[in-house]
Amino acid sequence: MTTTPAADTVTTAAALALGDDALVLSHRLGEWAGHAPVLEEEVALANIALDLLGQARVLLSMAGDEDELAFLREERAFRNLQLVEQPNGDFAHTIARQLYFSVYQHLLYDRLAAGDGPFAPLAGKAVKEAAYHRDHAEQWTLRLGDGTDESHARMQRAVDALWRFTGEMFQPVEGIDGIDWPGLESAWREAVEDVLGRATLTVPDGPRSGAWKAGAGRQGLHTEPFGRMLAEMQHLHRSHPGATW
Amino acid sequence: MVTATPLTPLEEQLLELAGSVPDPELPVLTLRELGVVRAVRAHGTDRVEVDLTPTYTGCPAVEVMSLDIERVLREHGVREVTVRTVLAPAWSTDDITDEGRRKLREFGIAPPRTGAASGPVRVELGPTRTGEGGAADGTREPVRCPHCGSAETELLSRFSSTACKALRRCLACREPFDHFKEL
Repeated sequence: MTTTPAADTVTTAAALALGDDALVLSHRLGEWAGHAPVLEEEVALANIALDLLGQARVLLSMAGDEDELAFLREERAFRNLQLVEQPNGDFAHTIARQLYFSVYQHLLYDRLAAGDGPFAPLAGKAVKEAAYHRDHAEQWTLRLGDGTDESHARMQRAVDALWRFTGEMFQPVEGIDGIDWPGLESAWREAVEDVLGRATLTVPDGPRSGAWKAGAGRQGLHTEPFGRMLAEMQHLHRSHPGATW
Repeated sequence: MVTATPLTPLEEQLLELAGSVPDPELPVLTLRELGVVRAVRAHGTDRVEVDLTPTYTGCPAVEVMSLDIERVLREHGVREVTVRTVLAPAWSTDDITDEGRRKLREFGIAPPRTGAASGPVRVELGPTRTGEGGAADGTREPVRCPHCGSAETELLSRFSSTACKALRRCLACREPFDHFKEL
């Protein structure tokens, strides 16, 4: 395959966007280790985090040196969605974040896998993993939403709180070709509204972008909790450059 | 899914050797039975390339598999071994051989059902149990207990000791067991 330098640059930017989504969400899910409500769920969240980390390694390697990109970039250089950097909150918040993201990733990768672009091989692999992540999130949304008064209230609070970060997902990403973004968005809305409905939850009606406007994370503008997360994720590598086991 | 060009006798022998390496996490299976060694290319007798595909993108066993393949081929006189990780076409549990499935069952792990491409079975709340009638949607054969063979089993957790397994329990003999998930 011959590509012009310009096409490479564009692919690199897109690989960073998708790779940073996977890396940052993987780290957030890893924070549950030792804290999850039950052992099975601890293992499930760690396994989902591992799948995402594997995807991040492939994607960041398409953009450069994976370790340098993960551990030596400043906050403004990360291109992930603001949704994935949001703190874990209570378990309902984590599940709402998983629901919004995994439905998006499953639909997007399904479309990328069907094409012949540079992301098709990874997407073909990752879409099968994302299907399990989506199933996991949907099942928990149903259980919590259609559970006790307490779990219902918490799940509703969580889907409401994260709603404003969902608009950004459908801003076209340069370097990802052949995606009908409005079509992706309506497929996402339909799927999410179906799950929320079955979970006896109300579909949030607030704005789907925050003060930073949609597209902020993809432009390197992040929310306050992200800086603290990065500090924890990067400090070992930065404090001990070149350290090995 | 070996390369389109026919293998030389040397390559066949090397493929056999690479495929005989045990899986680091499930040592009852060889890499050939798991279906992850995709191709072997020999350049002369000194330099060999092996294509390996991961079961899951984040599978931490891939690095150990690569090192084991390198070691085995070096022990058989190949001076330079390169193991490449290839993603496409994506690995599926359908790539596990019949022999591999039998060994998994003997090891106490319910093997994946075939026709894996469809991924997780969508279920409504409640019916996480499978009986003789198959899965909740009636389209799939049931997951059988690897200990007593009963078709009456229930899902405990979608993710078990590794990403590739789910945790189930047999309703007949009450033993919990791992199920290699369809992928």
